[in-house]
Amino acid sequence: MAIKKFMYLNRKASYGTAYAIESLEVVLIAAAFDQDVSLAFIDDGVYQIVEGQNTDGIGMKNFSKTFHALGDYDINKLYVSAESLEERGLTADDLMPLVYEDEDDDWEEKPSVKIVSNAELTKIMSDQDVCLSF
Amino acid sequence: MLHTVNKSSFERNSLQSCLNTIDDTSVILLIEDGVISAAKNANSPMLADLATQGRVYALQGDVDARGISTKVADNIKLVDYAGFVDLVVEHGTAVSWV
Repeated sequence: MAIKKFMYLNRKASYGTAYAIESLEVVLIAAAFDQDVSLAFIDDGVYQIVEGQNTDGIGMKNFSKTFHALGDYDINKLYVSAESLEERGLTADDLMPLVYEDEDDDWEEKPSVKIVSNAELTKIMSDQDVCLSF
Repeated sequence: MLHTVNKSSFERNSLQSCLNTIDDTSVILLIEDGVISAAKNANSPMLADLATQGRVYALQGDVDARGISTKVADNIKLVDYAGFVDLVVEHGTAVSWV
């Protein structure tokens, strides 16, 4: 099967709506089909990968831990909008330390999350075959 | 009156609509994605005055779920579900800004 470049745009916070978890499920499906997958977190989507989420008080599954598994599915291109973070009073230190093991570099552990400007994100998006917005 | 807001102020204008019509004795309770407005961020000025008057609450469980419990703005009071019920009882008519 031909490999296409898929980008998933995550624009909403987790738990308030089903968009975030639905996106994550489709991301894993695309990875299962060995596609070239990248994720973008913009607007309130940046809250999806904030460290320290605790859902005990709302009786919902804390699926933020699933993001840690993405590296094992060869999903290691997670772009976060610098402008969206800044507007929300967040910094890189507030995000989960998501990593992958680079098979081309003796399986060295490397960060998956890259903070980019919206202008950089525009370029990355234009390089995709498919962009899906959640 | 009690006004509940369940949408992020970055995504919808529910909070702004609520603020446009709220009277001097009403209180606001932020729930679900509405708690994003409880964090210190670019939209904090929207609620600063009301928070100073002790009239802004946020639901603890929703704050914790979004990992922003250390970011809650000054003077915003956190309540649990029992506290939610108390607010309903205390303030009578409730309006949901969905």
